[in-house]
Amino acid sequence: MIHHQHDIVIIGAGLAGLRAALETSQVADTAVLSKVFPTRSHSGAAQGGIAASLANASDDSWEVHMFDTVKGSDYLGDQDAIEILVKEAPATVIEFEHMGVPFSRNPDGTIAQRRFGGHSRPRACYAADYTGHVLLHTLYEQCIKHGVNFYSEFYVVSLIMNKGNCCGVVALDIIGGELHIFHSKAVMFATGGYGRAYKITSNAHANTGDGLSIVYRIGIPIEDMEFVQFHPTGLYQHGILVTEGARGEGGYLLNRDGERFMKRYAPEKMELAPRDLTARAEQTEINEGRGIDGKDYILIDLRHLGAEKIMERLPQIHDLALSFVGVDCIKEPVPIQPTAHYSMGGIPTNKHGQVVIDKDNTPVKGLYAAGECACVSVHGANRLGTNSQLEASLFGRRTGKTMAEFLQREEGFTPLPEDAAKPAEEEIAAILGNEGKESVAQIREELQVSMMDNCGIFRDEKKLQKELEIIKGLQERYKHIHIDDKGKRCNTDLIDALELGHLLDFVEVIVAGALNRTESRGSHYRTDYPKRDDENWLKHTLAYRTDKGPRFDYKKVVITRYQPTERKY
Amino acid sequence: MEITFKILRFDPDKDKKPYYRKYTVKVEPGMTVLDGLNEIKWRQDGTLSYRRSCRSAICGSCAMTINGVNRLACNTQILLLKRKTIVVEPLRRFPVIKDLIVDMDDFFEKIAIIKPYLIANSPAGPRERFQSPEDRKLLDEAVICILCGACTSSCPSYWYNKNYLGPASLFKAYRFIFDSRDEGTEERLRIISDRDGLWRCHSIFNCVEACPKSLNPTYAIAELKKKIVTTKL
Repeated sequence: MIHHQHDIVIIGAGLAGLRAALETSQVADTAVLSKVFPTRSHSGAAQGGIAASLANASDDSWEVHMFDTVKGSDYLGDQDAIEILVKEAPATVIEFEHMGVPFSRNPDGTIAQRRFGGHSRPRACYAADYTGHVLLHTLYEQCIKHGVNFYSEFYVVSLIMNKGNCCGVVALDIIGGELHIFHSKAVMFATGGYGRAYKITSNAHANTGDGLSIVYRIGIPIEDMEFVQFHPTGLYQHGILVTEGARGEGGYLLNRDGERFMKRYAPEKMELAPRDLTARAEQTEINEGRGIDGKDYILIDLRHLGAEKIMERLPQIHDLALSFVGVDCIKEPVPIQPTAHYSMGGIPTNKHGQVVIDKDNTPVKGLYAAGECACVSVHGANRLGTNSQLEASLFGRRTGKTMAEFLQREEGFTPLPEDAAKPAEEEIAAILGNEGKESVAQIREELQVSMMDNCGIFRDEKKLQKELEIIKGLQERYKHIHIDDKGKRCNTDLIDALELGHLLDFVEVIVAGALNRTESRGSHYRTDYPKRDDENWLKHTLAYRTDKGPRFDYKKVVITRYQPTERKY
Repeated sequence: MEITFKILRFDPDKDKKPYYRKYTVKVEPGMTVLDGLNEIKWRQDGTLSYRRSCRSAICGSCAMTINGVNRLACNTQILLLKRKTIVVEPLRRFPVIKDLIVDMDDFFEKIAIIKPYLIANSPAGPRERFQSPEDRKLLDEAVICILCGACTSSCPSYWYNKNYLGPASLFKAYRFIFDSRDEGTEERLRIISDRDGLWRCHSIFNCVEACPKSLNPTYAIAELKKKIVTTKL
């Protein structure tokens, strides 16, 4: 066992983790742990833009951005947090520009902005369709400049708590195979999303949501997990993201009849309706036999944009469609289908990034979270495109600031409990020693396929009940797995098994939460309860782990400026 | 269609020297080399180690040598290679840690050497710094680099002299030197005109061939050479 001591440990090196690290590394001894090298983080796969009411392309204001976001969230977003998000958005983007982010430009030299779904103004600041990539790389470059301390390819296995305080993590050095204890005064989770719970996803292999179950396992609740965003445009059969910016630039969605079917679902906004509505429209077309050749896909048509605009604004989309589905989008429409994309729910936090454990927002000392793994909640039941890059960066910075302030008050380290590494050691030993007959890949495959079928865009009681049974069966089978690799060096077989253990723990919360919420709101659509029910369900779900499955409690939605009304586009 | 994957394996904890191991994979149209590796790892041999994450050619994890050419496993379609046998090896010249996983510390240190961050000491003011679309266009290629290492690993100059900065590092230098907002040109030009710097590039163009994002580091290095010749240091 190798011991380290750092004031602050940040887990995850995407936008939230890196931005927090930049904030804290100036004033405190900070370590960033990431299971992939920082620039491999999935923030880099974001394409279309980051939202801010800069008003470079039209009139705009934070109030309009706020209303769009609240309405987009189907009124489940906390409006105090949303107000912070939209008010600080312009400063966040300007700060990025000053750091060197190569945004695309208007002829007058200002940052270019494009349209995006659910935003009533052109508000997405972009760098062609590589926005996440350049934001991530710029933050990493700033981290090099400021000497941030990275532990790359370290996989966090468990959290260390003592007397209710968080005092560190246990992590596996993937390359060397040794367990390390990181003793700290503050721990921040910035571990991203969990698209890999689904078969068709835009997410990376690494997006297995480990952070969620690490905290869930030790009694901290997770919030609003039933809200899973399906992005309307994933490359057919691959799920790889085709940016919403493609529709922002004017792309059409077409069914088998060549019809722009969105006119029947969102006559005003058409293809630029929010993602929940658009993904449902597509799935309806497919379910009613209007997919291409009656199959489970439709088309996005960019041909009318012309080669020049496509190559200037959407070069990555051109490249991806060519590489993965063999289609030149200048000449042909691209086959697409909805793809599991983003988690609105996550580890509950307050506006300062402190993890909170109950409906009264009681914080856990020393524990923080931001970005997709967290739920603050600015996205409510449905996130608008380009708000996630904003949230991760902005709340990453805020959380960093909170931790820095906390350290000024906090003198010493909470002592480590005895056997701090024991749960991690036992979990790993159990996997390495298990000689069962079940395969990790097989269980994961069955999970991903069944989640797609039973807990996807359209849900009902019967399907969700069935999925809960399936998950329980898979959890049982997981106890009898075996892995081939029993060595220490680069044991990615072991990592796959650990990740599957996490997936199986928190998917139960997604499904049970979806079963529990007998209404339709944002991304959560129950065909047996198709209406939003503000009287009973205008509240956040908190799920606590028990041996019999999740126990639910609820938290009030913060409503300040905009009262819930019917949501139409 | 059945395809043979011939993979260079090496676990220094167990093996005296590297060896090739063959696997047979049933390949459907559209399957990538990464899909093939996953198929092997998930269903045949879990001890095979490689890096992968985004599987959409943006994270840069899965650069490796495929039939002798450096590529990303994730955006290389197996059937388009038109071979019955696919030979997969770790990136050349980087020390092998295990199987297809190589040590990239030196690669990233060489990126850090050229000060890969905007150097702008003039106050920026409350709004964005302005940049014309024409000036921004100079960066179109360089900012797309995903730091996968395919270029540097393919460079004969780097094979012969490990101190050479290599195409990825120089491409990063180009990204800032040709950024109209940057004020660090002189200090970077001094760094890259060092004896292990850009004069080691002999325009062999391997890096251009190797780049999985179809970028042109050789062109960028040529532009940097011009810049040095025309700048008084």
